[in-house]
Amino acid sequence: MKQFLKRLRKDKVGIVGFVGIAMVIIIGLLAPLIAPYGPEEMSQTHVMEGPSKEFIFGTDEFGRDIFSRIVYGAQVSLQVGLIAVGIGAGFGLLFGLISGFFQGKIDQIIMRIMDVFFAFPDILLALTIVAVLGPSLTNTMIAIGIVFTPVFTRVVRGTVISVKENEYISNAVAIGVSPVNIIIKHVTPNIMAPFIVQVTLGLSGAILTEAALSFLGLGVQPPNPSWGVMLNDGRALMEFAPWTILFPAGAIIFTIFCFNLFGDSLRDILDPKLK
Amino acid sequence: MNKVKKPVLQVKNMKKHFPIKGGIIKRTKNHVRAVDGISFDVQEQETFSLVGESGCGKSTTGRSILRLTEPTDGEVYFNGEEVLGCTQKEFRKYRKDMQMIFQDPFSSLNPRMTVKSLLLEPLMTHKLYSKKEALNKVYEIAERVGLSKEQVSRHPHEFSGGQRQRISIARALIMNPKLIILDEAVSALDVSIQAQILNLLIDLQKEFKLTYVFISHDLNVVKHLSDRIGVMYLGQMMEMTTTESLFNNPLHPYTTSLLSAIPSYDRNKKKDRIVLKGDVPDPANPPSGCPFRLRCPQAHELCETHKPVYQEVEDNHWVACHLYNEGIPERKRIRL
Repeated sequence: MKQFLKRLRKDKVGIVGFVGIAMVIIIGLLAPLIAPYGPEEMSQTHVMEGPSKEFIFGTDEFGRDIFSRIVYGAQVSLQVGLIAVGIGAGFGLLFGLISGFFQGKIDQIIMRIMDVFFAFPDILLALTIVAVLGPSLTNTMIAIGIVFTPVFTRVVRGTVISVKENEYISNAVAIGVSPVNIIIKHVTPNIMAPFIVQVTLGLSGAILTEAALSFLGLGVQPPNPSWGVMLNDGRALMEFAPWTILFPAGAIIFTIFCFNLFGDSLRDILDPKLK
Repeated sequence: MNKVKKPVLQVKNMKKHFPIKGGIIKRTKNHVRAVDGISFDVQEQETFSLVGESGCGKSTTGRSILRLTEPTDGEVYFNGEEVLGCTQKEFRKYRKDMQMIFQDPFSSLNPRMTVKSLLLEPLMTHKLYSKKEALNKVYEIAERVGLSKEQVSRHPHEFSGGQRQRISIARALIMNPKLIILDEAVSALDVSIQAQILNLLIDLQKEFKLTYVFISHDLNVVKHLSDRIGVMYLGQMMEMTTTESLFNNPLHPYTTSLLSAIPSYDRNKKKDRIVLKGDVPDPANPPSGCPFRLRCPQAHELCETHKPVYQEVEDNHWVACHLYNEGIPERKRIRL
């Protein structure tokens, strides 16, 4: 961990990403303290006002403060990102370990099912799942989790296959360690580097997918503040009140940009070949 | 030289063929005959060496005995019990008594584990001791192979190659095995470190009454350590005898040429270097008859049509060569 922070400090781009993510997390956690207004608080006297001292990001058609909604929206985005990636990464890790370690028939079965999921574009697949389950925040997270499972499965499987070639795996077999213990003690710790990187990249993907689903009306339901919902709300007002769409879009871009920067530098930091 | 004791390990006609798959439907087109019918016995507390050039199947033989790769055919007896017939799960109970030390000390230890947990793992896996006893055992064995108490809590990457190989030895030794297969265990080390590790292995053998199967391509190392030696070529045993008689009285032309390739410091000792022509044949398409005939300086018609019988031509001296068959005129042996 110490070594990790030391190396992160050397990587300027990584720090930018790291600080950016930390900022989004803090803003999300402290939303009630930071936001000057409630996320659903309307004002009849301030409808569609441009950015001003009072409303720094302006207001929307119902007179809701966009800055406050973005701040609360960070909660939703992070929640969706973490839980959806948690689902996808969890199943991906499980399937990938089984598939890569045992190979043979079970590998064929798992990977062919994953190929079917891969064949659909992310959004289309997520849309279908949400349409079946019904639109809600929970179902959005489940849908994104399912969509992300094949990606994680592939990353884990590939790494497991390369780690398996190491002689310490043969050594463990020779000692008589059971396959389950070999997976837990010898394989899993050694595939963590690419896996963690995939998780950070997955987080940005999940946030983006959530925004897209909400924009299409199948994700988080209004009036809940989600960045995607806000984009959808502002779509019709784009010409008269561009701030209703610019700032939520900016929040999405900023967050994903930070996650990608951080993910890229994580890959360099965790790669043992670059030590 | 050890007297004839009961064999710890008997390998009978072991084969390992790797399929070559090709085409769209991945059907098996051919087989690489990595090990093609090998038999040998290893007596208690002796060191039996397998030598041969790269790709002759000596490592595959070692791995197949421990079932790290499943042999295609053959029988392996450990202390008189057949161990190839059982499932991998059943085989695990034998693993405590048969250990292996690998060639590359840099990839044979899990980089994420400390030396302590590496050494504890075998004990915990076979539930040999309570946690406290196991820890004591770890320190005891670490000290025996030359690692200090502080070093035990470090990770493998903090050690040199020689020290890592000591860790590997400790890890194999901690369960009190009867048999250790050393797969090129010192080949990756510097010559000075090699000597240290070899001496450690010799001491440990006496102390723990170990039986070694030593796999190597380095004849000097093998000469230093072995009681008996088997020479392999293209997955088959060419010659097997005691160290003394192999170096003084090699019978097979391949052994003779191998021995002539050993570098020597003695300038006065005149040597006729026998340089073999050609390359090792493809083990997927081995030549008919004797596998060595294409490169053998003494090959004749019979070598092409008939595979030589692997037989005991002198006391405790086995060889697979038509030169030593009855009915064929005695030919001049190549002498060093």
